[in-house]
Amino acid sequence: MTFVYLLVFGFAATAVLGLITSWIDRKVTARVQYRVGPPFLQPFIDIVKLLGKETVIPEGASKVTFLIAPVIGISGVIAVATLFWVNQFFSEGFVGDWIVAIYLLAIPSLSIILGGFASRNPLASLGSSREMKLVIAYELPFILAALVPVIAAGGSIRLSDIINAQAGGVFAGNISGILALIVAIMCVQAKLALVPFDIPEAETEIVGGALLEYSGPGLAIFRLMKNMLFFTLPFFLIILFFGGLRLNGINILWTILEYVGIVAIITVIRNTNPRVRIDQAVRFFWGPMTLLAVAAVVLALKGL
Amino acid sequence: MGKTIIPIGPYHPLQEEPEFFTLTVEGETVVDIDVRIGYNHRGIEKLSEMKTFENSTFVVERICGICSTSHPYAYTRAVEDIFPMEVSMRSKYIRTIIAEGERIHSHLLWLGLAGHFLGYNTVYMWAWKLREEILDVMEILSGNRNNYAMFKPGGVRRDINAEDIPICIKKIDSILPTLNMLKKAVLDDPVLHARLKGVGVLSYQDAIDFSALGPTSRASGVARDVRKDSPYGAYQEMEWDMIVTKNGDVFDKAVVRILEMFETAKIMKYCLNNLPDGEIDAKIKDIPPGEGIGHIEAPRGETFHYVKSDGTNRPMRHKVRAPTFMNFPTYKATVKGQTISDATIILAAIDPCYCCTERIAVKDVKGRMLYDGQDLIRLSREKTEKMKQRMGVR
Repeated sequence: MTFVYLLVFGFAATAVLGLITSWIDRKVTARVQYRVGPPFLQPFIDIVKLLGKETVIPEGASKVTFLIAPVIGISGVIAVATLFWVNQFFSEGFVGDWIVAIYLLAIPSLSIILGGFASRNPLASLGSSREMKLVIAYELPFILAALVPVIAAGGSIRLSDIINAQAGGVFAGNISGILALIVAIMCVQAKLALVPFDIPEAETEIVGGALLEYSGPGLAIFRLMKNMLFFTLPFFLIILFFGGLRLNGINILWTILEYVGIVAIITVIRNTNPRVRIDQAVRFFWGPMTLLAVAAVVLALKGL
Repeated sequence: MGKTIIPIGPYHPLQEEPEFFTLTVEGETVVDIDVRIGYNHRGIEKLSEMKTFENSTFVVERICGICSTSHPYAYTRAVEDIFPMEVSMRSKYIRTIIAEGERIHSHLLWLGLAGHFLGYNTVYMWAWKLREEILDVMEILSGNRNNYAMFKPGGVRRDINAEDIPICIKKIDSILPTLNMLKKAVLDDPVLHARLKGVGVLSYQDAIDFSALGPTSRASGVARDVRKDSPYGAYQEMEWDMIVTKNGDVFDKAVVRILEMFETAKIMKYCLNNLPDGEIDAKIKDIPPGEGIGHIEAPRGETFHYVKSDGTNRPMRHKVRAPTFMNFPTYKATVKGQTISDATIILAAIDPCYCCTERIAVKDVKGRMLYDGQDLIRLSREKTEKMKQRMGVR
């Protein structure tokens, strides 16, 4: 049964929804920029095409690490997506799965860092070191923001408790919830490495950064991992702040609206900002974002 | 902390043209830079000496696709400088219209690329969309979107039809509101302020020392513009402002270029509205022996041409100096101490145009580089020293 969960929900459903999300993102971006945009199947075609290409391992690279990094990354996403799906529809989960989710969500970034350093390219190493700084920058406010629903749900670190606690009213309706949601969306932007926080892969500065040396299936897996994250992270936000996916009656419409809304906000932010410098990003996350997150936590403790 | 070499180029997504920079970095800070040019040398000056005076206009037009008016304009002025002659007022106006049209499309192109380098692809697409309108205007006026082939020594090759003028003015007016919006989006964006202000500062003194030209120098407070300093064409016929800012950082260079586009639109509209009647061609027969210089304000700064004639129908010597050649060394002064993230936008801020700049590189038969521009400057200095010693000059 676990195998079915992993394969059908963790991988297949997440990948399909992630690729559709990436299509929405690309299409909206194109329309904002007076372009036509890609056809619906383009993200699928991209991945399939990359899978058929040759894998080039750069000279002097650490072969095993270089090849295993994308697999580690996508495993992390599959695991965390399975956790969310199972919590959502099948079981009560277990105590502490909130902590597991936070840990698993950090694995894709770690795999990118690993792959970049393993490829032994100066630009890729630079990308990896930037990714590392970015992880250090956004993890603190992200965890603080994710703590707000835990406090609001009466201190339970079990995702199903958080979902059930929002049966009466979603946390995004509270002041603390809104503040935490804002912080979380900015952190998701950085986790997905989208403008203004696409610093680790800044194409015009360091030519794609950590993923520079990847080609063929390795790159395909990384791309798929990013697209799956593009679904998984908004899904996590919906669980934390909107009471999860609700598929009964009129609530289906609400769920779709919430999901598309979060994706649209991320896309709009990415299209109306230039890339910031890494020091500015760190200052932004440790300064205003952390303060906002702390304020949200304090408000949540006061029951607002 | 150890030093790392970061290569930019010869082929790099940042650059449209091959060029090689070696950045020596400590962490993310650039401590030194080495530049190699010469990947794009095409021998234009020699080619030009093998063509007739008429045909050389088209050769220099193909030096660069973006400054495809500046070079023929400077060249025709150089030829007209060889002997006393007067170009008709109508052709001066037409030349001004074409030159300003080129300026506005070049600045829009730069704005878009600068946005792209910053990861701000929306600005990129919007600026290039606006540029399409200007290219349409140029197509109506000259028949071509780029490489207009409008210039010839003594005048212009193609007249402007009276019925085209209202269409062009309407098109120019139609882009102004969107340009205004883009201006606000760029100049009032707090993130862009944080990203660009105080980055890559070229001080007033450095701008003078490196002989920076065009928007690069005007952003540093050096009020230098050939259109004002040594007026040509129709520029003294109307009121327009030279945009000068003080700080010399990347943001100010963007400000200068964006505000200049509005002045340019003003000049274009004035010229189209007040186009005088008259001949468009002085019909030059023979060009006597002599030498002439022509300089005009290209979008990137002063373009300078020198032509020497020996009385035949071909230039005996033709020398081209593009603005990027002077602006380029300022990169060394502006990039040191900055981070790698800013290195690319600082380079982009001078609006480099390598194909204009590349004039010489010496290679042996196996293709190894023997001399590049810097070596030749050193050689020429050594030569001058030797000559001074022999002649007893101190």
